[in-house]
Amino acid sequence: MEMALVIDPGKCTACRQCELACSYRHTGEFNPSRSRIVVFDFHTKGRFVPYTCTQCDQAWCQQVCPVGAITNENGVKVVHEDICVGCKVCTIACPFGTVNYDPASGKVIKCDLCGGDPACAAACPTEAIVYTDISVQGFEKMRKWAERVDTAPQAGGDLPPAAH
Amino acid sequence: MHHLIIGAGPAGVRSAEMLRRLDPACEITLIDGEGEAPYSRMAIPYLLEGKIDEKGTWIHRPLEFYSEHRIALVRGRAEALDAAAKKVRLQDGTELAYDRLLVCTGARPIKPPVPGLEGERVRHCWTLEDARAIMEHAQPGSDVVLMGAGFIGCIILESLIRRGVKLTVVEVEDRMVPRMLDEVAGTMLKQWTERAGARVLTSTAVEEVEDTGSKLRVKLSSGETLPADLLVVATGVTSNIEFMDGTGVEKRAGIIVNARMETSLPDVWAAGDCAEGCDFSTGDLNTLAIQPVAVEQAITAAKNMAGGNAEYHCALPMNILDTAGLITTSFGRHEGVGGERAVLHNADEWRYIRLEFDEDTLVGAQTAGHVNMVGCIRGLIQSRIPLRGWKERLLKHPERVAEAYVDLAREA
Repeated sequence: MEMALVIDPGKCTACRQCELACSYRHTGEFNPSRSRIVVFDFHTKGRFVPYTCTQCDQAWCQQVCPVGAITNENGVKVVHEDICVGCKVCTIACPFGTVNYDPASGKVIKCDLCGGDPACAAACPTEAIVYTDISVQGFEKMRKWAERVDTAPQAGGDLPPAAH
Repeated sequence: MHHLIIGAGPAGVRSAEMLRRLDPACEITLIDGEGEAPYSRMAIPYLLEGKIDEKGTWIHRPLEFYSEHRIALVRGRAEALDAAAKKVRLQDGTELAYDRLLVCTGARPIKPPVPGLEGERVRHCWTLEDARAIMEHAQPGSDVVLMGAGFIGCIILESLIRRGVKLTVVEVEDRMVPRMLDEVAGTMLKQWTERAGARVLTSTAVEEVEDTGSKLRVKLSSGETLPADLLVVATGVTSNIEFMDGTGVEKRAGIIVNARMETSLPDVWAAGDCAEGCDFSTGDLNTLAIQPVAVEQAITAAKNMAGGNAEYHCALPMNILDTAGLITTSFGRHEGVGGERAVLHNADEWRYIRLEFDEDTLVGAQTAGHVNMVGCIRGLIQSRIPLRGWKERLLKHPERVAEAYVDLAREA
C-alpha cells in the first residue's frame, strides 16, 4: 500500500488551514510563506487548487542535489536540513516549483508528508486534501498532470525502487 | 559487465548509483582525478564561508556508501583511450579494461593570457585544493581581487565578504554575469554587491600581475593598480577532453553526444561538463556545464549502459545565483527570440522579472529577487505548453508565472 496526499480542488474553499497547519508543523509558527503546500486562487474561475509535491518518481530535486541532502524514504523525497547547504539548485531543477528556498533557515523546504501524518490533511475541513492509499484514489491522474511538463521520455521502462 | 566511469564529480557518482540500481550484478569502477572523496564543486562557496566543513561538500557520506554499493574508487587521471581495445590508460601507467565507458571528466578553469597569473597567491576557485588555499590567504583585512564576475565569481563573492576581506571585483564585460543577466538585472546586481561591501569594476580588464614580495600588484586597464594578498581567477572553464585525442571521437568544445548520451565511439558514453549535447532552447549542440544537466545526462547514460533505452531532451540552460543575498535566476532563451516580452522592474524592492515569449509559449526568463516556486518557469518552458489566455495576463503581471503553470498543467 502506497500512501499519498490526494487533492480534490473541487472541495477546496481556500480556507488555507492547510498552509497554516503545514507551517506550524514544520516551523512552529503560523506563517503561510513557510508552508510546503500552497492554495492557488483562480478567482476568475471560482476555483481553488491546493498544490504541493507529488513525490514524483523522476525526483529531479534528489538527483540534482550536489551534497546528497535529499533522500528517498519509501518514496518520499525528504530534505535533510543538516546536510542542505542552501545552494537552491533543486529549486530550479524541479519543474513543478515545489521545492523552495526558505530564507529564514537558509535551507530548501518541500513536502515530506510529515513523516506519514500530514498536518495539511488533518487540518482540511472539507476533505479536499486526504492522505490515503493511492491505489483506491485518483492519485495517478493527479501525478500525471503534474508530470505533463516532463518532456524527457521515461527511460528504460519501470525502474525498481531507489536504492536508498 | 564492467562499467568504467572516468570522473568522480556529480555526473560520475549519480551514474554509478543508477547503474548499481539497474544492474545489481555489474562491476563499477569510478576514477577520481583529484585524490579527494567524491565531492561537489557547487558546495565550495559554503565551505569558504564556514557554513560546512569539507565533508559537507561530499556527494555521499560516509564514504562507505561506495563500498556498500560495490562502486570501486580508483585514483588517477586518464591519459589515453584505446576504444578498439576498450582500455583506458591512466597517467601512472595503469591500464583499465572496460565493457562500457562513461566519460565524466568535467571541466577546468581557463587561465586567461595575462602576464603574471602564477604563484601561490593566484588561485582559481574550482577544487577543494583551491578552496584550502583561498581560506589560507583570504584572512580578515586581506586585500583580495576577484577576476571575473561570472557564475563562479558571483557565487563565491559572499563568502569572501563574510571572511572579512577587502574585496574588489574586476569584470571585463559591462555588467555582472553577462551570460545570464541583462543590463537591468546585471546593473542591479552590481549595485547590490557594492552595498554588500565589495568594490565592483565593470568594463575593466586585468592587464598584468606583478609579485612584489609582500603583495601582488594587479594592474588594470583603467590605469589603476590594486594591491592584493590573493587574486582569484574565475574567467570561465573548458572541457577536459584532451585524453581522447587520437581516438577520432567527434568533438567540438566538448565530446559530442546524442540524446542517448552516446559518443561517436562504440560503447563510450559521455555526460556533464565534458559533453556537448542538444540544447533544448536552440536545438543546437552546446556544453551547458550546469549541475542539473550534468546529472540528468549522467542518469540517462547509465540507463542506456545498463541496457535500457533512455533519451534526454531537456538540457535547458538555467542558473540560480545567490550573490550576497540577492538571488538571481535565468532560464532558456533569457535574452529572447524576438517575440513579446513581459517585464516587472521594481528597483526599490530589488525585484526584476523578465519573461520572453515565442508566439504562445514561454521560451526564457530571468529574475532578481523572485524565488517563490521559480522551478515552474522550467516547467512552463520545457513543456512548451500553449499559454492561451495566460500570455495576456503574464504580459501585465509576469510575477504570476507560477500560477500560470499550475493552472495550465492542470488543464492540459
